[in-house]
Amino acid sequence: MSEMPKSMSCAEFQAQMPELIGSGASAAEHPHVLECALCRELLQNLETIAEAARQLFPEVEPPDELWDQIELAIMKDEGANGDVPEGRG
Amino acid sequence: MPVKGLGGEEFGAEPATLNGGRPTATQPDTDRDTKGTTVSAALLDRAQAGDHGAFAEIYSLHKRRIYSLCLRMVSNPAEAEDLAQEAFLQLHRKIATFRGESAFSTWLHRLTINVVLMRLRKKGLQLISLDEAMEPTTEERPGRSFGADDLSLTGAIDRLALQRAIDDLPAGYRLIFMLHDIEGYEHNEIADMLNCSIGNSKSQLHKARLKLRDALRDHSREEGRR
Repeated sequence: MSEMPKSMSCAEFQAQMPELIGSGASAAEHPHVLECALCRELLQNLETIAEAARQLFPEVEPPDELWDQIELAIMKDEGANGDVPEGRG
Repeated sequence: MPVKGLGGEEFGAEPATLNGGRPTATQPDTDRDTKGTTVSAALLDRAQAGDHGAFAEIYSLHKRRIYSLCLRMVSNPAEAEDLAQEAFLQLHRKIATFRGESAFSTWLHRLTINVVLMRLRKKGLQLISLDEAMEPTTEERPGRSFGADDLSLTGAIDRLALQRAIDDLPAGYRLIFMLHDIEGYEHNEIADMLNCSIGNSKSQLHKARLKLRDALRDHSREEGRR
């Protein structure tokens, strides 16, 4: 039976975390995570935070006057460019 | 796949992951859009031909999404309004150049992100260098102080504390966190947008998440003392 490689330390694993997570690999299945409760908790915490953050930003309605401002900006823009807008007037 | 980060009512429908289960910036309209915002080809044709009414209709379909995107990125209603105005002005200028290589909503989303990034650059946003991002400070050293008093996030997270923690992130960290975790862009896309390396994007995102965890842990401890 071959000897298992020496486990990495928490510091070594955490130094690799950005690359590991960013690569799309399942960090939860990393050998260190499987045997280390602290790093497993860290990973779970980060996942929970990311998920909670996604729930913080519901869509909201812009102010009614936004379209008026956009129309004005478009008219100025077209005036500056000498364009003749279609479908208007 | 339900939209996350774009439509509040559909949040949380998928298991939490750090690198999966998110919308990507290249997904088609049906994934990216909230209900009823798909722009028809006929409407797009009319807008591209200069029909002001068609453009107004496109505005109505996308105003919530674009304004909300701007608001998420800058956390300031007045500035978000200004950015949304600029985004739609840019859309008006460029809509004729849309060729359909990507979904219209994806194209508009990216156009808006570019408007936001231009504004942030004008305001002097500097991304933290890779060296700085990779250098653990004394208080951020990996593996420190993990123990029984660590934040346990199995229950509900204090939304206000999390919102505050996100707002308090250094600008570069916050930007990458928002682009990746909220808007769903991949690291290669973020690196392209921000003209930084993919490694920098990954490391800054990781640091941002750690800072959020630390902030929530501090908040939890403060609450525990009361």
